[in-house]
Amino acid sequence: MYTFSNRLKLASIILIILGVVGWGYSYMNAHNTTVEDVKVMLAEEASHGGGHGDAAESHDAGDEHQADATAHGDADAHNGDDHAEHVMHQIHNRPYSALYVAAFFFMMIALGTLAFYAIQYASQAGWSPVLFRVMEAITYYLLPGGLIVIAIALWAGDHLFIWMDPEVVAHDKIIQGKSGFLNKTGFIIRAFIFLGGWSLYRYFSRKFSIAQDTADDNRNFKKNFRISAGFLVFYIYTESMMSWDWIMSVDPHWFSTLFGWYVFASMFVSGITTIAMITIYLKSRGYLEFVNDSHLHDLAKYMFGFSIFWTYLWFSQFMLIWYANIPEEVTYFITRIEHYKLPFFGMLVMNFVFPFLVLMNSDYKRIPWFVVCAGIVILAGHYIDVFNMIMPATVGDRWFIGLPEISAILLFMGLFILIVFYALSKAPLKVKRNPFIKESEYFHY
Amino acid sequence: MESSRVIQAIYTDDDVLMSAVKTVKAERHHIEEIYTPFPVHGLDKAMGLAPTKIAITSFMYGCLGLTVAIVMMNFIMIQDWPQNIGGKPSFSYIENMPAFVPIMFEMTVFFAAHLMVITFYLRSRMWPFKNAENPDPRTTDDHFLMEIAVHGNEQDLERLLAQTGAVEINIIEKEAH
Repeated sequence: MYTFSNRLKLASIILIILGVVGWGYSYMNAHNTTVEDVKVMLAEEASHGGGHGDAAESHDAGDEHQADATAHGDADAHNGDDHAEHVMHQIHNRPYSALYVAAFFFMMIALGTLAFYAIQYASQAGWSPVLFRVMEAITYYLLPGGLIVIAIALWAGDHLFIWMDPEVVAHDKIIQGKSGFLNKTGFIIRAFIFLGGWSLYRYFSRKFSIAQDTADDNRNFKKNFRISAGFLVFYIYTESMMSWDWIMSVDPHWFSTLFGWYVFASMFVSGITTIAMITIYLKSRGYLEFVNDSHLHDLAKYMFGFSIFWTYLWFSQFMLIWYANIPEEVTYFITRIEHYKLPFFGMLVMNFVFPFLVLMNSDYKRIPWFVVCAGIVILAGHYIDVFNMIMPATVGDRWFIGLPEISAILLFMGLFILIVFYALSKAPLKVKRNPFIKESEYFHY
Repeated sequence: MESSRVIQAIYTDDDVLMSAVKTVKAERHHIEEIYTPFPVHGLDKAMGLAPTKIAITSFMYGCLGLTVAIVMMNFIMIQDWPQNIGGKPSFSYIENMPAFVPIMFEMTVFFAAHLMVITFYLRSRMWPFKNAENPDPRTTDDHFLMEIAVHGNEQDLERLLAQTGAVEINIIEKEAH
């Protein structure tokens, strides 16, 4: 049995408090920004020569700026008061977006882990049962984390999803055409179907897993096998639709048929990385003595493999849109390359080049601190991936990874640690009566 | 030149072979070579062979393939006959790179795979028209053959190998090659 140490509990509570305070401060700050403040700010930026204000005033900027104007779409003409008000909205949107990105990121870790866990059951994998309790603990965060994401989405409303603003929809033919799907009622109903389905699976799978510990036959294991297979079918549909609803709809004019897969790759690799990191942490504290180097090696192989898988999907999406160069599609990447150059290309280095080179050597996959270092970079990279998906649509070029973003990360990291380690302390760390536990314990590569 | 004498023990099961290898190693005899009809998992470790360095050559060949792809596409599509790619006539390699990534990937894999196989053949001293070194054709079917150098300890070795479950033990005069 794992006992949740008071120091870790305290640390996670401190993270939550720091996060709440920091985010609250930046929220108040952003909220009190008026059009007048923004005008002063823009004038200052213009006088410093360069920056966005400058480009907006001088209308002779080249194609790049034209593309930018298309990206921002309809409502905002780039001049005078309109522009200042537009910027003010972006500044107001920032704390909401920061909170949403962090909440989604940690929810995504739990969801990716749940899919990985279900795959282990459905494929009757022999190597992984020693890690089941770690995975179950991580997925415990899914229900609270998912509820928080939905709550933030509804509370923020048109700060994140402009299609939730009836005023915008009234002047927008394209959103009107999509309103059969993109409307608040539908959004809520779908959100609860998605989260309800995932949580139900998680609840029963955990229940059968605990029941199997004391059982004298394999009935619970078989039930788990069956519901896992069913869940995976449900998951691959709902995950894809969830990514349209919760992420892609922040840019309601734009769509990509690959988006669900792309988000899946991100959540899967983040989930596996988190499993590896928590396993290494527990092992360093003297728990999980039955987990050996080979289990770590396999997790690191998955981290390596799915980092490449993520890149493959990222590139597949990027290249088709880049090649075809259709204006309404390509604006998505033009805004990102114009205004998000560093996070956009930085994430490729963090999510692909770095894990590819660092985790390539077979021996390094067995060195815990090496895997942890790679894991931290991968997780940060996938946070930035979510950041790049949300921010350009909500705050435009007024982005920065500053107080609201970091506070939101701390807040949800604290909550994540608190909930996951609480769940870890609720059950023995070994699935005693799992039919594959012996194979798993003797697993070696 | 002195011809070397070797003792060849034949086994019919890979598990028996594995335990025989362990026994022979424990008695501190040097195993020259083992011929098997299929790869036996863990045999290299049991024999005490040094880990393979072929992965490193694979990485280098991959880098070579990537470089060839970059140089080649730059010459073909940018320098020699400048192409308007995807309606974006920038005539710069870096701006057209997304179009070249599949080629860069394929060439990396192609070079790594093919050159690694060729390296493996050469390192195993296998090239066209070479006579097989295989001492017994049954090792290509269902027998396993362990070859140990003899230095005047034939009786000891024969007794030891018989104990390990060898079905056949021969002493061969081998000409140096």
